[in-house]
Amino acid sequence: MRLINHIPNRAGGLFLAALPFIAVLIAYSVASDIRLSANPQDKLLPAPSTILSTAERLFTEPDRRSKDILLWKDTFASLARLVGGVSISAAISLALGLAIGLFPYARSFMSGFVSVLSMVPPLALLPILFIVFGLGETSKVVLIVIGITPFMTRDLSQRVLDIPREQIVKAQTLGASSLVIAWRVALPQILPRLISNIRLSLGSAWLFLIAAEAVASNVGLGYRIFLVRRYLAMDVILTYVIWITALAFVIDWLLKTLSRKSFPWMEAGL
Amino acid sequence: MSFVSVSNVWKKYNNRSIIERVNVDILEGEFISIVGASGCGKSTFLRMLLAEETPSRGEIRIDGGAPAKEPNQERGVVFQKYSVFPHLSVRENLIAGEGFVTPFGKLFGTKRRVAVARADEMLERIGLNHVADQFPAALSGGMQQRLAIGQAMSARPRILLLDEPFGALDPGTRIQMHDFLMELRDETNMTVFMVTHDLQEGFKLGDRVLVFDKPRWDPHDPGMYGATITYDFDARDGGIPFQMKEETDVSE
Repeated sequence: MRLINHIPNRAGGLFLAALPFIAVLIAYSVASDIRLSANPQDKLLPAPSTILSTAERLFTEPDRRSKDILLWKDTFASLARLVGGVSISAAISLALGLAIGLFPYARSFMSGFVSVLSMVPPLALLPILFIVFGLGETSKVVLIVIGITPFMTRDLSQRVLDIPREQIVKAQTLGASSLVIAWRVALPQILPRLISNIRLSLGSAWLFLIAAEAVASNVGLGYRIFLVRRYLAMDVILTYVIWITALAFVIDWLLKTLSRKSFPWMEAGL
Repeated sequence: MSFVSVSNVWKKYNNRSIIERVNVDILEGEFISIVGASGCGKSTFLRMLLAEETPSRGEIRIDGGAPAKEPNQERGVVFQKYSVFPHLSVRENLIAGEGFVTPFGKLFGTKRRVAVARADEMLERIGLNHVADQFPAALSGGMQQRLAIGQAMSARPRILLLDEPFGALDPGTRIQMHDFLMELRDETNMTVFMVTHDLQEGFKLGDRVLVFDKPRWDPHDPGMYGATITYDFDARDGGIPFQMKEETDVSE
């Protein structure tokens, strides 16, 4: 039988899915063990048990000076920036995408500009953002917005263009105005795409967020990682990395569930 | 007298003629079948009737009105596919036929209740009341086309345009759809244009069958001349002079 026709059964599939995680865990444990047995003071690869106890401390014990649990404070600060930036991007790209996709004048006017804009490396603009918007929250949110909006806009406008011409014509024969077509025909059909778009863009959004926090901030997940780097506190860094990964995973799962619940008509087509 | 008048219509893309010198007058309530080989401009002609495209020369008028520049409510249309809105339930698709005219594209309060009642009436008529709350993707091809026709009719157009409406259906469903369409037409006396590449379907349903073909042919430049109406058959009363043994022929 051809390789493409070999399908794992349920148990086998689960095992295969778990295998890379287990492999990484084992590889790390072994490497950490080798280094620690050579030098018990080694900080580069802390033992999994050390990471676990550090994680427990970080999640539960308040800071001695500020009486805040720093990890939660960092999490809320970062999530606020992330959600703010992504929401603004979603709103802008939805409006622009609809306009570019539906109105030929808007397409002539905007689509070239957006294409060029999406080629600008956002991180290169970071110094400018810090100069213009200061070191506060605004510059971090703006970096996320600049980073992901052009890409989302391009994709959404293409998605609007992909709506069959027949539907647009049909809506016109039913007497729909341009705005009604945008509001009742195009918008509902690209909302699922917007969500999958956000899911794809979240990776970049995290990247820009952590970069901005690393450069100038006083609270946030990225800030903390780059702060403790000075003390080679690998256990803290790894805890934060795993925590960020978990957050990203949960957000992605929530968006996926939201998409499935909100757009039953998509599922019927599958 | 004539309800739809097509006078000296040409359509050119760049310098290629697709359609040339089309003249035809249609009476109110006539069912016109448009047949022809593929690429002979019959779909282009339908798109011009729909006002999705405007003629390069000549004009098309409905009931003496001004030539339309874009699709409007005078024209109802059913395409081979993608004619219904996938994100609206079957009932909402029918209500859209009335609601899209409003500034927000949605009906509220009493108006909506009336529209829902009318939609349910239409659902009964097109035999889809048992799937009223489902989405189009869950429907079979024939049901989707029935919905598309019902949706087009609920906007009360002056003419109904069908672009190979049954082209994607299996033969059995197609014959059911013929009966459905004829019943609906007898009830409403709608003027219908139907593009089809199935000659028998064209003659079975149509009062008149218009045949598109290229009367002139330049062997050195096939794109030089466009197609026009080369035959205009009277297909009423079983299509005299064309005789069709309907029961045996169509079931093939």
